[in-house]
Amino acid sequence: MEHARVLRGVAGVAGFLAAAEIVGATGLIDDRFLPRMSTILRGAAELLADQEFLADARATLVAWGLGLLLTVAVAVPAGLALGALPPVERAVRPLIEFLRPIPSVAVIPLAILLFSDNLHLRVAVVVYAASWPIVINTIYALRDVDPLAKETLRSFGFGPVSVLLRVALPSAAPFIATGIRVAAGTAVILVISAELLAGGAEGVGIYIMEAAGGNRMDLMLGATLWAGLFGVLSNSALVAVERRLFRWHDVRAGAAR
Amino acid sequence: MLEITDLVHSYGSHRVLDGVSIRAAEGELVCVVGPSGCGKSTLLRSVAGLIRPTGGRVLIDGQPVERIPDNLAVVFQDYSRSLYPWMTAANNVALPLRRRGLDRRRRRDAAMAALDQVGLADAAEKYPWEMSGGMQQRVSIARALAYRPSLLLMDEPFGSVDAQTREDLEDLVLRVCAHHGMTTLLITHDIDESVYVGDRVIVLTRSPARVAADLPVDLGESRDQIATRQLDAFVRLRAEVGRLVRGGSPTPTVLEKH
Repeated sequence: MEHARVLRGVAGVAGFLAAAEIVGATGLIDDRFLPRMSTILRGAAELLADQEFLADARATLVAWGLGLLLTVAVAVPAGLALGALPPVERAVRPLIEFLRPIPSVAVIPLAILLFSDNLHLRVAVVVYAASWPIVINTIYALRDVDPLAKETLRSFGFGPVSVLLRVALPSAAPFIATGIRVAAGTAVILVISAELLAGGAEGVGIYIMEAAGGNRMDLMLGATLWAGLFGVLSNSALVAVERRLFRWHDVRAGAAR
Repeated sequence: MLEITDLVHSYGSHRVLDGVSIRAAEGELVCVVGPSGCGKSTLLRSVAGLIRPTGGRVLIDGQPVERIPDNLAVVFQDYSRSLYPWMTAANNVALPLRRRGLDRRRRRDAAMAALDQVGLADAAEKYPWEMSGGMQQRVSIARALAYRPSLLLMDEPFGSVDAQTREDLEDLVLRVCAHHGMTTLLITHDIDESVYVGDRVIVLTRSPARVAADLPVDLGESRDQIATRQLDAFVRLRAEVGRLVRGGSPTPTVLEKH
């Protein structure tokens, strides 16, 4: 079944690429505006041998990884604190509800003013934007922890902190992990957005801008393609990690369905 | 060993316990039976220190229960929610032993010994969700045993398993409680079970709960699922408890013995 699913996915992507190529070949779209699919794919392949692009990709990856790491380090404890202390959560809630709907990209100009270092800038923007899904998921997951599970440990004389760390945190972990996965996707968007808006020395966003400036649509779209592919791959990798770590949760959720 | 005196509890204006007094001697297995929703669980939670009763007093070994006592363990009905699915059976059993200040190795040994007692030595590395309901409840019982409480509280411990498993678990509890000389308070709505398992049966009235009767069970130490249930004494006592649970008044002949 898993096989058939992968096969269908591949067929869908191949079908789309073929269709795009055919549309390009009929001359329906001027290829000065949008290069043919085969040209873009060739451009993307070329990039793998392009030292400049590889350095840019590495720089973006570093900013993404550092940003995500810092996000987890900040957002999980924040979510735990807010989830465990409802009065504090109620006090902070209006602030969260106000800040969260602001499109994260809109804070990039502010970050440009605040940070002189380009890496710091990108990491800061990622932490701001990617924290939300983790904080929110952690708060809700903690609220939904089975009271009997907590009470069991309490009945053995464990205090609130032990119950939080030994019962609430593991129970909430699958939902926190989902938040981290969403955050990883957000982080890709924000790093590249920051590069596009703030400029700088290196990064996939910089490469895209330069390729566009040099009228190399094939390389520009090729680089974009790699950015998208990275998003897909990091997402699947995190899904695989979740499946492995939280098998108990899947089995349970499956039984409840 | 356990002294519950005039326990009163209300949720808002709704009174659930209306002056319940129960005593249990060292090593005694006392069953509390009553109609559904009569406040049995509230009683248990008050004894466990999980809620603070509105009035009355609970003493364990002469010590008033003010916070959660460290010499008692609770087995809940809902084993699937009470066991931690991210831990193996052995780790579930070993977890509370952290409170006992044992190192990892000794926690592990104690957990294995307790699992062995409930017949699950081979399932130590299984996860709860890989086990049947009966096995999971055995793990819960092992967890309570490993903690070595002087008072064991059980809240409808066999309410979620099939009939055959239920009988096995009843015998298991009888065996391990006798073996450890543990004082046990077992809450159930099952009349048969209360008589079969108990040294004494306390019948509670409909909510707000009061003690309707305190009946000694004269069925001897060793009990057998088939033979015991055929005894005249068993049949009579079961009928009496049934009558009381349904709100009847005590029969003088049974009370005479008390």
